[in-house]
Amino acid sequence: MPPLLKLILIRIGLGILTLLLVSVVVFAATQALPGDTARAILGKEAANKARYEALRQQLGLDKPVAEQYLTWLGGVVTGDLGDSLVSDTPVTELLSRRVQNTAVLVLIAALLSIPLSLLLGSLTALRRDSKFDLSVSIGSLSLAALPEFVTGIILILLFATQVFTWLPAVSRVDPNVPIYEQLDLFVLPALTLTLAVAPYITRILRASTIEVLESEYVMMARLKGLSERLVLNRHAVPNALAPAIQVTALNLAWLAGGVVVVEYLFAFPGIGSLLVDAVANRDMPMVQAICLVIATVYVLANLTADILTILVSPRLRTGLR
Amino acid sequence: MNDEIIVSDSELVEPAVVHAGRRRSEWLMTIREAWRMGRTKIGVGIFAFIVLLAVVGPWIAPYSPTEFVAPPFSSPAPPKMWLGSDYIGHDVLTRVLYGGRTVILLALAATVIGLGLGVTLGLITGYARRWIDESIMRILDVVLAFPQIVLTLLFVSILGPRLWLIVLMVGISHAPRIARVCRAATLEVAQRDFVHAAEALGVARTKIIFNEILPSVTSPLLVEFGLRLTYSIGLIAALSFLGFGLQPPAADWGLMINENRIGIVIQPWPVFVPVLLIGILTIGTNLIADGLGRALIGIERDTGVE
Repeated sequence: MPPLLKLILIRIGLGILTLLLVSVVVFAATQALPGDTARAILGKEAANKARYEALRQQLGLDKPVAEQYLTWLGGVVTGDLGDSLVSDTPVTELLSRRVQNTAVLVLIAALLSIPLSLLLGSLTALRRDSKFDLSVSIGSLSLAALPEFVTGIILILLFATQVFTWLPAVSRVDPNVPIYEQLDLFVLPALTLTLAVAPYITRILRASTIEVLESEYVMMARLKGLSERLVLNRHAVPNALAPAIQVTALNLAWLAGGVVVVEYLFAFPGIGSLLVDAVANRDMPMVQAICLVIATVYVLANLTADILTILVSPRLRTGLR
Repeated sequence: MNDEIIVSDSELVEPAVVHAGRRRSEWLMTIREAWRMGRTKIGVGIFAFIVLLAVVGPWIAPYSPTEFVAPPFSSPAPPKMWLGSDYIGHDVLTRVLYGGRTVILLALAATVIGLGLGVTLGLITGYARRWIDESIMRILDVVLAFPQIVLTLLFVSILGPRLWLIVLMVGISHAPRIARVCRAATLEVAQRDFVHAAEALGVARTKIIFNEILPSVTSPLLVEFGLRLTYSIGLIAALSFLGFGLQPPAADWGLMINENRIGIVIQPWPVFVPVLLIGILTIGTNLIADGLGRALIGIERDTGVE
């Protein structure tokens, strides 16, 4: 299927282009802006001209911007993200354990929120305008509005401090203990992320399921006299699959940013809390690396979702957009 | 040009003018329709209550927000200290009453910036099409690849935690999202007769965009405003909570949560009350956005506009 392949290749090309531009933004923001890294590191000591110039040279800031960017990009591609300015250790070394923690956290949140929103989304669509639908609608509308830290703190007050003390309020995951032995530390952060993302997805899925249920092909299937079960399984579900894939991508993409505040709140040692620390300490190589990782996750999640959507949806397989 | 064409031109102008009159009232109609819904009324009520609290608060506050009134983390002791004291002994109620203004004002400013930028980009890409559309949308995709808080933090890391920067970055991070909505609405409106009529008359493109198209896309933008305001409140408060917004000794809800969370076990009020107020404020604005959104869908269904 050459046209299909072409569509996918175009999409991949655009994804790579977006990633390249993302790297330009990250680089430009941290290295090419007027307040430069050397000044950020030295702070008030930047007044000392000699030290400032020496540090600029050491960081390669005296070279032309384009050359700096290419050197930096070359490092990024080969896995050399530079050294952390705070601890003088390679960024990749500091990142790896953190990335692992965050990945587990996001995975748990995704495993909770995706089935939950699929279930609630389709149930509310099937029982449209029922009491159940209305209460889920109001609940999800309210929850979707709440910033993550608000949900998180309410959960802490409820389950970790004031009302019950079932769960730890801080999630300092110990790097020397296997993760499966400290899963209790993941419960509240994962639940916070779930409560932040699930309502949003439930609402999208409800809308898309209703759209499918009201579509002509489902009506046609019903008119043919197929049983409701057959109508759902053979006609409605496959067509609702595309939005479900999109939503999963959206979920992952959102979680990549949502971890920043949630990890900070729970003192969870992941890339989100690391980003907050790096920004506070003006640790530029670390900021660059984490922003790149998060943006890459986002772009790749969307790219994968788009390709899967092209592959599963009958309409897209034939018509180009 | 012969006479016939001029005559037919003037015929085209008439319906366009009539249409413009009706279009101006479109957003009013959306508001009226939304107001009929209970959720909108509740949302407006909540929003009005919090804004009132924030505006009047400083006048009814019992103490100064930077005055030391009791030992740190004292429990509530009415009638003098209804909510106790915070981490260095300020009166919590006073700081709550002072701390709403900044969140609301900064969030409103960020939303207005985002809307201004997003609408301009959306109108241009929706009307210009071709390479202008393509290249602007590609750039917006890049901004979209950063979660809003990450984009803001990226710039805070180099320029420092400045309020103007935070407001600007939150606004900029809204822009591509608003631009997409505005672009979609513009694409549809650009196909309507009154736009073609204006084009045939040789009206300047910028005039077509702002005088003809913009009035027709106000309703979806109204919904966007409500939605983005909700997210702005969350983002601005979150940035304060992370320590990159207002700095001590300012009284600000987000900052209060951060300052006092170490004492959450012995004195939960300076954390709980700001959390509660931010929470209901966002629920309020989201209810308004939802009411407007439903009204818009209802009107579009009734008038047969896809």
